[in-house]
Amino acid sequence: MSVIEASDLGLTFQTNDGPVHALSKIGLTVEKGDFVSFIGPSGCGKTTFLRCIAALETPTEGTLTVNGMTADEARRNRAYGYVFQAAGLYPWRTIAGNVRLPLEIMGYSKAEMSERVKRVLDLVDLAGFEKKYPWQLSGGMQQRASIARALAFDADILLMDEPFGALDEIVRDHLNEQLLKLWDRTEKTIAFVTHSIPEAVYLSTRIVVMSPRPGRITDVIESPLPKERPLDIRDSTEFLEVAHRVREGLRAGHAYDE
Amino acid sequence: MRNVFPILTVVAAIVLLWYAGAVWMNSAWTLDRADGPLSFGEVVRDTMSQDRPRLPAPHQIGAELYDTVIDKAVTSKRSLVFHGWVTLRSTLTGFALGTIMGILMAVAVVYSRTASMTLMPWAIISQTIPIVAIAPMIIVLLASIGVEGRAVPKAIISAYLCYFPVLVGMVKGLRSPDAMQLDLMRTYNASASQAFWKLRLPSSVPYLFTSLKVGIAAALVGTIVGELPTGAIRGLGARILIGDQFGNPIMIWSALIAAAVLAGVLVSLVAVMQGVAMKRMGFAR
Ligand SMILES: Nc1ncnc2c1ncn2[C@@H]1O[C@H](COP(=O)(O)OP(=O)(O)OP(=O)(O)O)[C@@H](O)[C@H]1O
Ligand SMILES: [Mg+2]
Repeated sequence: MSVIEASDLGLTFQTNDGPVHALSKIGLTVEKGDFVSFIGPSGCGKTTFLRCIAALETPTEGTLTVNGMTADEARRNRAYGYVFQAAGLYPWRTIAGNVRLPLEIMGYSKAEMSERVKRVLDLVDLAGFEKKYPWQLSGGMQQRASIARALAFDADILLMDEPFGALDEIVRDHLNEQLLKLWDRTEKTIAFVTHSIPEAVYLSTRIVVMSPRPGRITDVIESPLPKERPLDIRDSTEFLEVAHRVREGLRAGHAYDE
Repeated sequence: MRNVFPILTVVAAIVLLWYAGAVWMNSAWTLDRADGPLSFGEVVRDTMSQDRPRLPAPHQIGAELYDTVIDKAVTSKRSLVFHGWVTLRSTLTGFALGTIMGILMAVAVVYSRTASMTLMPWAIISQTIPIVAIAPMIIVLLASIGVEGRAVPKAIISAYLCYFPVLVGMVKGLRSPDAMQLDLMRTYNASASQAFWKLRLPSSVPYLFTSLKVGIAAALVGTIVGELPTGAIRGLGARILIGDQFGNPIMIWSALIAAAVLAGVLVSLVAVMQGVAMKRMGFAR
């Protein structure tokens, strides 16, 4: 069964300067266990699309189903973990407390909570930092904590909006590697927004290339790369070919624009 | 400790200026009474020890404070400890009342558009009316509905001044979570009350303490104003009034100093509580 199905999806913001067509005629199907990356120039509607899936934004045209229901029903069923560009940890909660937040809201038992907190913090390599406060951690560690927070409950869809955008390349590589392992272990469906071509190619099973005004999909690339991906796969010819195609897609979007 | 030196310098400068002012302002009375020409030393000596000086010298106030704080029995009507206690009690009651009112109103303002449109203008108007105009009315009104004594009206006047900074601070604090943090709550499908207890309220704590510091000082001012209208015989405000009626500046000034010290202590206590709370909540760096 497909997890996310969008057809002819459109979203127009009514602003004081007139309508802004953030999304137009978006058609996309995401299967269970897919790792889908969205890439495209700034303002092409990547965030908006992700927010539509999470029912934080309501499309003005077309249909969108998540797990066979409307996006808002899926939200109420707690189908998503959402990782924002900024870690957005609560400064008054420890790392463990931050990860526990969704669990408290969803009413997990005490024992279950501590078991899960421990498990996901292990998963993101933050064991031992339970009692630290966010400001005591580096930006990369905070971002990992926010990923742990999104993993703590049983959402089978992970929505990530440029989660590593603010981090340096080395940390980013490391987190990408970890994210792939994590995806492999948890079998979640991941929708991932990025500006980086290598990141998109390295992580994804499918790459969705978008272009702006109005925001639309210009290309969907199925990755031929195997599921097992060491970092040096980025030097392989297949990798470079995919990267090339993404770049062409991005360029085509721009040409159309001019 | 590095701060002590500049603080002491400023205090010394104030005391010096004060003495100079006392000599200058009280000398008229000295010269009025003089039979013949006086030397500068004689003038200065006299200005330092008048019974009803225009501006009492610091050591005169010190002596009065020593007498009324240390020497008098704390139950005596002449003890500043007694009057200070009366004022303190009413200040704390008014502070508690005002804080609760301010917080509840802030919650209403943040959650209801109607409340925000109706309450806020009234709250602002309430603060533009001089408290000295309102205080007697509150006392009269409460007396007419049978509230005996001064404690209740004083606390209400005190709360009247105190709730406003708390209201403004808490509205700001409860609105401080950004869109992303609220969206996060939405993705968890959190209820409104969960979003309040787990996000809005904790976010507002730093704002709350900042306004509590203003609030407790305002509560003290409110209490003293509540003690001023005729009839009050207890409290620092009453001391100021009585000193005024009996033309006793030393009494007025020592009550003023006592009120200032009380204010300083109360604000510092709130600051300490703020420090502890911030630290325990992990805000401290
Ligand atoms: N709440 C809103 N109100 C009005 N316009 C909006 C709103 N949110 C987004 N837009 C507009 O919709 C378009 C798409 O925005 P979106 O944030 O989805 O872009 P993006 O692809 O995520 O860009 P970036 O890579 O810079 O994050 C932009 O033109 C933006 O100005
Ligand atoms: Mg974006």
